[in-house]
This record gives sequence, C-alpha cells and structure tokens, in this order.
Amino acid sequence: MKVRVFVSLKNGVLDPQGRAIHHAIEGLGIHGVQDVRAGKMIELDVDASVTDDQLETMCKQLLANMVIENYRIERLAA
Amino acid sequence: MSFSSAVITFPGSNCDRDMADALEKVSGTAPHRVWHGDAELPQRLDFIALPGGFSYGDYLRSGAMAARSPIMRAVVEAAGRGVPVLGVCNGFQVLTESGLLPGALLRNAGMNFVCRNVALTVENNQSLFTSGYTAGEEILIPVAHHDGNYFADAETLDRLEGEGRVAFRYAEEVNGSARAIAGVLNAGGNVLGMMPHPERMIEAEQGGTDGRALFESALKALVSA
Repeated sequence: MKVRVFVSLKNGVLDPQGRAIHHAIEGLGIHGVQDVRAGKMIELDVDASVTDDQLETMCKQLLANMVIENYRIERLAA
Repeated sequence: MSFSSAVITFPGSNCDRDMADALEKVSGTAPHRVWHGDAELPQRLDFIALPGGFSYGDYLRSGAMAARSPIMRAVVEAAGRGVPVLGVCNGFQVLTESGLLPGALLRNAGMNFVCRNVALTVENNQSLFTSGYTAGEEILIPVAHHDGNYFADAETLDRLEGEGRVAFRYAEEVNGSARAIAGVLNAGGNVLGMMPHPERMIEAEQGGTDGRALFESALKALVSA
C-alpha cells in the first residue's frame, strides 16, 4: 500500500524558501499569488502489517520535526 | 589528570578534525574519535563534542538522521548523567533534533549560506562552557552555515532567557535567529549548542583566539570538580 506523508511548516514559522519561490513566480510575470509555503512529500510503500500507530510514530519521531512542522498522512488505494 | 574527551564523527561531518585538534591543543590530551555507528562511548568521559559538517548530507532535515544514529542514544544517556556535551553548527542541529536542546534551526532568513567571522555577545558566563569569558564580552567567532536560523516558540524563548540559558547572542544580523540567539544551554547547563565555530579560533594562525576560552572553561570545570 502506498502512503504519502505531507510535511509542512507550521503557521508562524518563517519560510524563506517559500518566499524565494514567490519572488520567482512574480518573475514569471504572474501576479495574484498571495503567499507560497514550501513543504515536502514523502511516499512510502508499506506492508499491510504496518499500523496507523506506527505511521504516526514515524511521522512524529522522524519524518516531521514537531517543533516547526506539521504532517498529514494520506493512504492511497492499492 | 588527563582530560578524557570524545569527538563523534558522522558520515558527512567535516569539522571533526578541527574539533579534535582544538581539544588536544587546549587540554593536552587527544580526544577519542568515535564513529556514529558505535553503540557505546568510551568509559568515564569528561567531554563530548558533536562537530560541524553536513551529516548524512542534511537529508530530510539538518541533523535529523544523525540524531537517530546508534551513538546518539549513548550521547543522550551521557548528557542525562551530566557529562558536558558541546554541539557546534551541525552538532547544534543534531542536539535540537535529538531533543537534548529545545527549538530548531531553520534555513537562514536570507536564504544564503553565511560564511564569515561574526561578533557574538557572551550572555551567560556562569556555565561550564563560558566561565572563562566575562558577561557581556564581545568575541569574534566564525560561522559557516545554511540552516542557523534559531527558532522556538515565544514561551520557550522566554523560558530560555529567564533561566539564563542563552549562552551567546549575535551582536550583528547573521541568519534571522529568534532574539539573535547563537547558542543555548540545556536546563542542567551541561549541554551547549551553538552555530559559531569556537574550534576555529584557537590559535593566532586561525585569525584569533576567542574560541579558546570555551574549551579552557570546560577543562577548568573538570579540574575543579
């Protein structure tokens, strides 16, 4: 089963990378983008034996840094 | 009495030799060199150093992989027993990732890698790492980092400041760090993380000696203990 973990910076945490991307978008001549926040997506291929609790543990202890980041787990249909 | 120290090397560490050299020059004893995959530290250590570099290529987040390596369990355990632990640059990132220090180190606010000598203010000269400085003293120490922008929530920052756990502050704008924090101590005062590199300011040939007092302080703390 494929699982996607989306990791994003918490609100209030400065995202200089997002800001630089924002500037670059404006450089394309496209206006109207109010804000850009960059995150990461991690795709895992897991056995059926991997529990929800184990996924949460992976996210909390490794994939996201809970001081600055949030995560969201998305299970993809096989 | 000999000063028994250890420098941990992770894959991608690149300041481990500088750190080992500084420890040997100041203490007169060469440190143990410990590999990240080792499960145990040498017995009866007086000092543990986590050096700068780009452990595991900064994959996932700076310091994230190193913080979960086998040796870090032993380092966390030693820190809990009161063994002094110094993390410089990537070592600081490893300390926050491992939970030994609060907060996190974000990408520099200006997005640029910053590599230059910067002025620091010694905020707390009561710790075992900083007793050789005077409070409010300004020192010159190099930085070389991309992810040095210290972040913690306001409550944590207030607590750190209230408890005297801000060891060093930048005396100039460097990377956007919250409250210009350059180095923080743990609650016990035996773990220090800092982005600037004191091991690169040990002798005149390096352009200055302002980093020397940090290692001398730790040595003095041991001798008087």
